[in-house]
Amino acid sequence: MRVSVDPDRCCSSGQCVAAVPEVFDQSEDDGVVLLVLPLPPAELRSAVRTAAAICPGRAISVQES
Amino acid sequence: MTTVEPIDAITFPAPRGGCPFAPPPAYQEALERPVSRISLWDGSHAWLVTRHEDVRAVMGDRRFSADARNAGFPFLSEGRRELAAESPSFIRMDDPEHARYRRMLTGDFIIKRVETLRPEVQRIVDDFLDRMTSHHPPADLVAEFALPVPSLVICMLLGVPYQDHDFFQERSRILLRNHSTAEQVRRARDELSAYLEELAERKAQDPDDRIISRLLARGDLTRSEVAAMSLLLLVAGHETTANMTALSTLALLRDPVQLARLRKDPTLIKGAVEELLRFLSIVQGGTVRVAVETAEIGGTTIAAGEGVICMLSTANRDGSVFASPDELDVGRDARRHVAFGFGVHQCLGQPLARLELQIALETLIRRLPGLRLAVPAEQIRYRTDAAVYGVEELPVAW
Repeated sequence: MRVSVDPDRCCSSGQCVAAVPEVFDQSEDDGVVLLVLPLPPAELRSAVRTAAAICPGRAISVQES
Repeated sequence: MTTVEPIDAITFPAPRGGCPFAPPPAYQEALERPVSRISLWDGSHAWLVTRHEDVRAVMGDRRFSADARNAGFPFLSEGRRELAAESPSFIRMDDPEHARYRRMLTGDFIIKRVETLRPEVQRIVDDFLDRMTSHHPPADLVAEFALPVPSLVICMLLGVPYQDHDFFQERSRILLRNHSTAEQVRRARDELSAYLEELAERKAQDPDDRIISRLLARGDLTRSEVAAMSLLLLVAGHETTANMTALSTLALLRDPVQLARLRKDPTLIKGAVEELLRFLSIVQGGTVRVAVETAEIGGTTIAAGEGVICMLSTANRDGSVFASPDELDVGRDARRHVAFGFGVHQCLGQPLARLELQIALETLIRRLPGLRLAVPAEQIRYRTDAAVYGVEELPVAW
């Protein structure tokens, strides 16, 4: 699985950070998404899919390999 | 002979049915159709969108504007039209104007920063609970706990003196009532704006490290812009969480099985709060938009200049997303709910709301094992006339 984020679409809801803090973080200044782990290990993938599904800005893309 | 239900059968606001926690039956029946027509107080009509997928589609699509200055914008009441008329806050703007203001505040509501408030919020929750239980039952959980907790927290974050709470709570209640007249809303808004502009004036002279002072220190905002942003945060910051706290308590008291599950396993609290947000969906009028370009939703063409009401409460009971949607289940994964809206306008303060609700409900359940209603359930009065649903009072004993 490869994750990518689009900071321009991010509206800083923080839901991705709440869902998978190992993979996503937020900028201290404006809360915009920071991608920590673009290639998440198997045990985090289901949570990453949830984060992508609930992102209000549809800023998270998940490419399943 | 059978009668055919006319297309324009739904009138806003539709009455609630037998269950005080369920959306009005007319909205729930609308889930059977992709979109419906709904008639508003001023005789105008809008599209009613009820399904989860369609609500997310509208809220995530820039062809649907939140800017009430656009022709055809649907107002849910006379007061709501008045509220949007002058110095609108950024919830009634589109990007990039909206994003400019919002990004000035997002740093204050990132998960990590909100999490640092946990000990302070816990202390506030414990304090109000101590005070409530220092006298003999019954107590009104709304006035003594559910309202003061988030009110004090948002005052602390903004730098607003909490001792003025009666002043702004009364006026924010007027702003959010469906039957408030334009005149009542204008007066309440003007008084609140004047109060916040005067406060900003004082903060400019004598700054602290709270949000109002920091907005002023940027140097690129006028006093009235700062007042408009503070007004939004102040009203949104306590009405919603206060009503969620009280209504959640009532829903749990009326569902002893779910309450017992939560009591037995406090680690369920985070998920339980998401489920309560879904199940109760207190923003009962939903969210409103106007099409600024022609768009298709659920197979229906919506023309530019037509209004849309996204019913969050029915989207949160859409059986294609949530199994047994009319059941409260504190163990389910309810995170796909749209109780905070969806798209670029999704609630800015949601991490704070979650923190407050988790702490308030967990503490209430843990500290008051004998918590119960102090009146028959039929006597409880609901806020059917307000933008944010809840209970007027919640008399409890323990």
